[in-house]
Amino acid sequence: MPGQLLRVVTAGSVDDGKSTLVGRLLHDAKAVLADQLSAVELASERRGYAGADLALLVDGLRAEREQGITIDVAYRYFATARRSFILADTPGHVQYTRNTVTGASTADVAVILVDARAGVVEQTKRHLAVASLLRVAEVVLAVNKMDLVDFAESRFDAIVADFETAATKLGVRHFTPIPVAALTGDNVVQQSSAMPWFAGEPLLAFLERVEPVAGTPLPARFPVQLVLRPRTEEHPDYRGYAGRVEAGVLRTGDRVRVLPSGRVSSVRAIDTPDGTLTEAPAGRSVTVLLDDDVDIARGDLIAVDAEPLPVASRELVATVCWLAETPLRPGARYQLRHTTKDVLAVLDAVESRLDIDTLAPEPAAELALNDIGTVRLRTAEPVLVDPYERNRSTGSFLLVDPASGGTVAAGLVR
Amino acid sequence: MTVLLPAAAAERAWLTDLEDEAIHIIREVAGQFERPVLLFSGGKDSIVMTHLARKAFWPARLPFPLMHVDTGHNFAEVIAFRDRLVADTGARLVVASVQAAIDAGRVTEAPGGTRNPLQTVPLLDAIVEHRFDAVLGGARRDEEKARAKERVFSVRDDFGQWDPRNQRPELWDLYNGRHRPGEHVRVFPLSNWTELDIWSYLEREGIEVPSIYYAHQRLVFERAGMLLAVTEFTQPAKGETPREEWVRYRTVGDATCTGAVRSRARTVTEVVAETAASTVSERGATRADDRASEAAMEDRKRQGYF
Repeated sequence: MPGQLLRVVTAGSVDDGKSTLVGRLLHDAKAVLADQLSAVELASERRGYAGADLALLVDGLRAEREQGITIDVAYRYFATARRSFILADTPGHVQYTRNTVTGASTADVAVILVDARAGVVEQTKRHLAVASLLRVAEVVLAVNKMDLVDFAESRFDAIVADFETAATKLGVRHFTPIPVAALTGDNVVQQSSAMPWFAGEPLLAFLERVEPVAGTPLPARFPVQLVLRPRTEEHPDYRGYAGRVEAGVLRTGDRVRVLPSGRVSSVRAIDTPDGTLTEAPAGRSVTVLLDDDVDIARGDLIAVDAEPLPVASRELVATVCWLAETPLRPGARYQLRHTTKDVLAVLDAVESRLDIDTLAPEPAAELALNDIGTVRLRTAEPVLVDPYERNRSTGSFLLVDPASGGTVAAGLVR
Repeated sequence: MTVLLPAAAAERAWLTDLEDEAIHIIREVAGQFERPVLLFSGGKDSIVMTHLARKAFWPARLPFPLMHVDTGHNFAEVIAFRDRLVADTGARLVVASVQAAIDAGRVTEAPGGTRNPLQTVPLLDAIVEHRFDAVLGGARRDEEKARAKERVFSVRDDFGQWDPRNQRPELWDLYNGRHRPGEHVRVFPLSNWTELDIWSYLEREGIEVPSIYYAHQRLVFERAGMLLAVTEFTQPAKGETPREEWVRYRTVGDATCTGAVRSRARTVTEVVAETAASTVSERGATRADDRASEAAMEDRKRQGYF
């Protein structure tokens, strides 16, 4: 839909020129303001660089600028006449893969960078695996530094073929390859004159046009965040359920099931401070009123009473990406956060780990930092889940270390 | 930025996306924390925050107080606006005073310096005193490059410090507010908004902001490329000539370090158009405190600043 937000994640290995690409995109899309540019020129000069290093636009932390690398996800915002963009720029180092996972979790489009001289490397496969697992709807392969391989079509074709092999193994059905030279701006915003053999669009034109499709929608899901009871003179008996529609479209009059109790009721009204709505699509924050007086609290789920309903389960098989320094081992206890619910969970078994080189699962007893694997979990109370591939919201969870409070894993329900 | 003449309000669909996201985040705060507080400076971002918070809990009342960290160097229009808004919402207002911290010897004022960095101590003191466990702020990632690295839920240790190298991964719309005793969490629901989004939203919602955000005539003088107002706190030095000019403010902070910009934009629609066409960022144009060094904001944030 015109005017909506497009969320883009960029990923690449060290020195693929990712920050340069992002800097070039912002600069050529005229999203860099004069004072920011002059600050970059000054900083480049201080470092003795020949020209303005556009990477300094995005590497915001002291340590990043000192080491000349990106450490953490940086979010950049820009708009063109066509749409508004949120760009999550994620670091390349293997040790920061968890940041790529973070950026990909909300992305509609993943731009994976490859250095034309190096071709597809292990990090490329890791990033592709992350984009595939997290169901990023569109993948772009940006082959960068084409200027350093004489803009050779044969080199580009060979890299696309390698990438396609990996994509097929990971079940990525389609991707869009674009040859670019971020340093000079070829095929970033401006069509390159150095690569007349490339018939496709430059990166920005693609991002402006693409309409990511997130798969077949589920019947509406509405996790309850809060119960609103104003008890004022004006609203003495008001009892509304505040939350965000997380799948499908919720409509007034819909027959719904309140889970986990299983009680059935109907949607009497969908309230907002600006008036009542007859329907609310996924993404809208609203307040729902039901026909019957049902006992509902934060953590409950209101689901439209239609197949498929969410599965209430105390045993989960899930793909997890391990985000912590200490490895994941069977028997450990965690706090599991799913939609608006927190439950205790025990990790029963690690079933396998994804081998990034072969892209096949291999047997494993534990998962280390940045590993992606399959595990079995048991929860103290049932959680109401959908498969992640059907819904990002009801199909995802976090594991939290109860002692430190830190987020140690991202989980995707099988 | 491209001179993208903003579409009519009805076509700006992304404003609804941003509003839904912010309301979801604010409701998570109410669901996950015992004692939240919303930082209110009287600036446009905190006005939008208060508006969103009222929407998030409507028709119920705001379930947490507002807190103003008061530098004592205020624009009179902003304080009057603050008091009116507090009366309208029926919210409780907590004031953390920089002057009181100076008087108590908690912080020392550099002669002729700005009081902005001095806000950190009274802010942290108030958080401890009131046992606030979540502090909602209106900071945006587009404002500054260190802020671009900030999480929506951002844990502060028991010294109020931010550790940018050791931030929690933040995935999907699952926000982890778990923290240890003594720690607190800063929450930034406007993380994904830009300055243009804020103005477009003010226009769409018909929200009032202090009059100094709109063009008016004021006695100003130029210092280090910025236009400073002549006030009881800021007086022109030798060689700085005060002049009556048409100006407005893009940010509202401590009067000693916030500059005005030359402008004739007297309505919200005119400000939206001016913001869309601007070639200078709001902090670059108007904030002396961010010009101190390449990493000035990161350094202040590490110590517990907003």
